[in-house]
Amino acid sequence: MTFNLVLGQALNGLQFGLLLFLMAAGLTLVFGIMSFVNLAHGSLYMFGAYFAATIASHSGSFVLAVILAALLMFVLGVLLDAGGLQLLHRRSHLDQVLATFGVVLFANELVRVVWGNAPVYMDAPEALAGAVNLFGVNYPSYRFAIIVIGLLVALGLYLLIERTRIGMLIRAGATNRRMVSALGVNIGWLNRFVFALGAALAGLAGAMVGPILSIEPGMGEPVLILTLVVIVIGGIGSIRGAFFGALVVGVVDTLGRIFIPIWLRESLDPAMATAVGPALASMLVYLMMAVILAFKPDGLFPVKARG
Amino acid sequence: MARDLRTFVATSILIFLAAVPLYAWLADDVYVLTYFGRILAFALAAIGLNLVLGFGGMASLGHAMYIGLGAYTVGILSSLGLLSGWLHLSVALVTTFIIAIPVGWVALRTRGMAFIMITLAFAQLFFYVFVSLRQFGGDEGLSLTQLSDFGVLTGNKYAVYTSLLVALLITLWLVARLVDSRFGLVLRATRFNARRVNAVGTSSQPYRLAAYVLSAEICAVAGYFMANLNGFVSPAMMSWLVSAELMVMVLLGGMGTIFGPIAGAAGLLLIEDGLKLMTEHWPLVLGPLVLLMVLGLRQGLWGMLLPEREKARQSGGQH
Repeated sequence: MTFNLVLGQALNGLQFGLLLFLMAAGLTLVFGIMSFVNLAHGSLYMFGAYFAATIASHSGSFVLAVILAALLMFVLGVLLDAGGLQLLHRRSHLDQVLATFGVVLFANELVRVVWGNAPVYMDAPEALAGAVNLFGVNYPSYRFAIIVIGLLVALGLYLLIERTRIGMLIRAGATNRRMVSALGVNIGWLNRFVFALGAALAGLAGAMVGPILSIEPGMGEPVLILTLVVIVIGGIGSIRGAFFGALVVGVVDTLGRIFIPIWLRESLDPAMATAVGPALASMLVYLMMAVILAFKPDGLFPVKARG
Repeated sequence: MARDLRTFVATSILIFLAAVPLYAWLADDVYVLTYFGRILAFALAAIGLNLVLGFGGMASLGHAMYIGLGAYTVGILSSLGLLSGWLHLSVALVTTFIIAIPVGWVALRTRGMAFIMITLAFAQLFFYVFVSLRQFGGDEGLSLTQLSDFGVLTGNKYAVYTSLLVALLITLWLVARLVDSRFGLVLRATRFNARRVNAVGTSSQPYRLAAYVLSAEICAVAGYFMANLNGFVSPAMMSWLVSAELMVMVLLGGMGTIFGPIAGAAGLLLIEDGLKLMTEHWPLVLGPLVLLMVLGLRQGLWGMLLPEREKARQSGGQH
């Protein structure tokens, strides 16, 4: 019974962590190579979810909706980068934060105008409506599919970055972009590709959470902020840090929300436990971040060189 | 010439703000006190943020959390039946002090981008704490049945507005003195190059931490006034959107100028309210406006009044 609960929640944590990784990978790559911080990354996730829900309701195909949403976000990423975000690359981080804050305000309201204020819902495909049996625990198939896809994307990203020419350029660009540019690589195109890839990953994350969460304006911000926690813990610019950071944040957050109230109810009086439990559970991730940063200000996997 | 212009504009704005209670009394319109009181409270918070952001070069995206701490002190104490205004104010200051020191200490170990993100994360931490405090209203917020008790002046909008204006003027004077002091000199120097400050034998970190804590206290006082002005506190006061708006106010007014935050706070809130009158979908306009402000207004509204020579000096400090 308890084992089943722990395992089920650990899987939920893993699933949440992998979604965070999809978000964090794009954000940290963009930061690593362009030194650009994009608060509107959460808006990309939101658009991914809305696109997927709209396509799914028109075409009836969930798989098509997810793939198309990710592709659309890739195209949107290219357009955004070509359209004006370039102006921000050379500005200070503060300017980037505030400018993309303006974009967040605009994006949330645009979604309200186009899709309305009410949450939009999206159904999981019927093939994944049931549950799978993992070590004697019945786990929802859809959530299991997210875990599998998340791990596949992580593997794909690893291969892309470690084993391909473009990945080599991305790594080189993150270390010293001027040098890469001087060697004759079109750093502008490289930036654009990385930004669009990040947008596609955020869109994919958004499309996949559609059936689990309600799709509504402003849904991107809570995820964005946790994603920022992930990349700060992992070490800004490090994709490996993003992966481990995301898993740690996902698991700690999910388990904390379930088990802290249970523990407190056993050890404190019930009134006190119901008062303190939820507050403590929602603080947990941020406390963990504070402790990690107090000892390792550059995160767990700091990126060493930077040009 | 330009200095005269700035003095003239600053004096006009302050005279206008001082004339608001008079107008309210003559026209019997208490609402203007609430309206301009809100601008004053945000201006106060923006002055606080400017101390770290403008003069110290520390881009904190979490200062709304201190507004929330100040406001919730009033809310929680008065809902527990502790009404004394002096008690509210001192508890707000002490709580903020106790919280700002460890938060600042951890956050200041990092630089640049990481600092922005960490201050944001800490603010989220406290945001969620207040959201989950269901006995104090949770995410819906808490209506104050009783405001901070100051005898006959309790809940008097004229008294709240006037004391807020006085607090603003004192803070303005204090910040102006502080920035010109030795402390301010070190603080401004760390914005350009903290390593050199350390190299000449002054440890920059205590100065940065002191400035951080002081700016947190100023924001807490702003929060204390907001609670008394609106008779309502809610976690929305400390959402990251408010922190970002505060930053926009400082930038709009002109970073690292004494009077800039007041101009920036008034400017942004007036623009927002103007847009709200025009369209229900006002963020569709405000968002791009913020973007344009960041791209175009490098010196801010107040900086535009600076003479050319000083403009060059100011922009040399942008890093």
